[in-house]
Amino acid sequence: MSVTPEKSGDLSRRTLLQRAAAAGLIAVPAAGLLSACAGSEPSKSDGGGAAKSKDNPFGVKDGSAVKVVVFNGGLGDQWAKEDKVIFNAKHANVTVNMSSTQKIKTEEQPKMATQPSDLVMNSGADMMDRSTLINEGAIEPLDDLLTAPAWDSEGTVADSLLPGTVADGTQNGKFYVVNVAYTVWGNWYNAALFKKEGWTAPTTWDEFFALAPKIKAKGMAPYVHDAAHGYYPRWALFASIWKAVGKQAVVDIDNLKDGAWKADGIVAALEPWEKLVKDKLLLPGKLDHTQSQQAWLDGKAAFIQVGTWLKNEMAATIPPGFELTLSDYWSKPGDKAAKDVFAASGEGFVVPSKAPNKEAAKEFLRAILSKAGSAKFAELTKSLASTKGSGDNVQDTALASANNLVKGGSGELISVKFPDFYADLDKESQNLSEELMAGRLTAQQFVDKMQVAADKVAKDSSIKKQTRTA
Amino acid sequence: MRHGVARFVTGFLALPVALYLFYVVWPFAQAAGYSLTDWGGYSDSQNFVGLDNYVRLFSDELIRKAFWHNVFFLVTVPLFTIALALFLAFLLNVGGREDRAGIRGVFGSGIYKVIFFFPQVLSLVVIAVMWQQIYRTDGQGLINGLLIKIGLVDADNPIAFTADPEPFLGVPAVLWWLLLIAVWSGAGFYMVLFSAAMQSIPKDIYEAAILDGAGRFHTFFRVTLPLLRDSISVAWVYLGFIALDMYALVFVMTPSQGGPNHASEIFASVIQFNAFQKGQFGYACAIAVALAIFTILLAALQLRITRRERIEF
Repeated sequence: MSVTPEKSGDLSRRTLLQRAAAAGLIAVPAAGLLSACAGSEPSKSDGGGAAKSKDNPFGVKDGSAVKVVVFNGGLGDQWAKEDKVIFNAKHANVTVNMSSTQKIKTEEQPKMATQPSDLVMNSGADMMDRSTLINEGAIEPLDDLLTAPAWDSEGTVADSLLPGTVADGTQNGKFYVVNVAYTVWGNWYNAALFKKEGWTAPTTWDEFFALAPKIKAKGMAPYVHDAAHGYYPRWALFASIWKAVGKQAVVDIDNLKDGAWKADGIVAALEPWEKLVKDKLLLPGKLDHTQSQQAWLDGKAAFIQVGTWLKNEMAATIPPGFELTLSDYWSKPGDKAAKDVFAASGEGFVVPSKAPNKEAAKEFLRAILSKAGSAKFAELTKSLASTKGSGDNVQDTALASANNLVKGGSGELISVKFPDFYADLDKESQNLSEELMAGRLTAQQFVDKMQVAADKVAKDSSIKKQTRTA
Repeated sequence: MRHGVARFVTGFLALPVALYLFYVVWPFAQAAGYSLTDWGGYSDSQNFVGLDNYVRLFSDELIRKAFWHNVFFLVTVPLFTIALALFLAFLLNVGGREDRAGIRGVFGSGIYKVIFFFPQVLSLVVIAVMWQQIYRTDGQGLINGLLIKIGLVDADNPIAFTADPEPFLGVPAVLWWLLLIAVWSGAGFYMVLFSAAMQSIPKDIYEAAILDGAGRFHTFFRVTLPLLRDSISVAWVYLGFIALDMYALVFVMTPSQGGPNHASEIFASVIQFNAFQKGQFGYACAIAVALAIFTILLAALQLRITRRERIEF
């Protein structure tokens, strides 16, 4: 769910050609790639075997090396370099080979079956499909990391994590993905502007629709969103669905339950979005993430819906005096779970099953999740880390508003699992979300089409089914 | 062949042939092999499933859609590119006035040649990124910005370009916008190709035709075009390959890569989705193999249809 996009304009010729090749232009290049993946022997771990202790719970061997690959997207990669320093303070004789990229799948997937990196941050638009990684046994369960002692605080690593982090990384009863960031989603506005105009940030749809004409009168569009990536509007739509009908209805959707999309209240939850489009409250144009975020910073729109990586992603162009403030998605009267907040741990690290130095990879994760490491993360990225208390000492309005949003919520977090479970449904829901927000579908049609797509996946025997419990 | 020469030739050929076999032919065979399995792409375990993937291919709605989109490009990309390239080449070589030095191109044709060829020098990705700015969907886009300024487009309702799935002549608008880029970027190269071919046509044929009273129109259709048949035929095959690909443009230019809502889905984007997002490499290989067979058949057919006796001059 917490996919931060790449910065725009970073598409290099080489990576595109690699992908073009990978997609099999007339089969030859694809086959070349395929041949790189086949027929390997499971490698033996050569990094472990040293004596285990509280400071070295996995027995990392001195003199070994660990290869860490970091996703260099909206959050940058400076925080990871700080973690390297923290790690080396305890293990001076373990070499950390760190590299960062935006093309995780392009670069790491071909190596998974033979000689993978030890620790991979699987994030961004070019990430490896999580369910496939788990179903194919390509990544290692990390339950022993959770029970290991925390790096620099009392208790275990699991104790030091924010609620939801362990559940978010768990699939089929095992813990596979270590999410290091804690993202909160909602509607952002410029508090300085609202103060100047005497506007109050709405908390309900009614308040928003009442405020919208005043915003329009100032020559601004009330709302803007990324219209080029379907998962952006999908966050907003699912926040509305969850708030209106509550958790169980979304769990049913994730579990492909018969007629789950037809549950009472789902259409009504989406109707305000239909109205928002029909009333022309969106900024004209089909902008992508950075274009829409810049348009919002330029004062062309009053609200934008996106996650907390926003500030770091746009750091270079935020005008002076602009107060980025996050507010919750709007609710409507009668909503069952209006106070549930859309937040999740994200930016997941995985340890490939065939990694040569899994011990050091897990030890490095312990360093990332440390108090010192997570504080650096929050300081550098202006986003919360998934470790408790990371943002307590950071002075920043954007981070503070996100912190307050989570603290003011019900404690239950909005989350949607089916996009991680089923690639087909992921794609369909993105496409249909775009169509709804382009005004080509009504809320009713959106729900009908989602039900059809869900039924199709439910019936397809080639797709391995997943179950959401919590 | 004398003994020494054979050894000499073999010595030179062995390495390239070995490389070719290892890096081209062997992966080809492997892809065909994988297409008979249910390999997911992330492990080395796989089951043999026979022709299941190929059977599934025929009932896949997305592939049917992608097929017709590729057919659209297959017809339009060569047609428009070759027409434009021929037109430009004709003007640059024999479109100008005639004088004592014989027939020549329009004034300044040397400069035009460089300008028209320019897109060929840029990589397709650079072209795509550049056109993203040209096609930008708000007032900051080159086209939208201009049209809004002169009042032809409503600022509240700018052209959506590649985010527009509404059909135009029965084909989603996004495909027409992509076609425009493909033709723009391809025409220059074929213009140069046709120019070279035209220059090898003896000038006296033109002069004879003009003496006989043939105008521009007739010189082009009665003299130039028939004598360029070979070049055009080759160009058609090459452009056919490009039309079956189109991956880079779709990947960079369209929302959700193949969108909006599958309106620009092509073979390559379906392969990409199945292999890398869905984790069904076996099935993706089957699509790729089917596409390869289709391409080879098409090329063979094309060359056969256009085969004719060569005219020597």
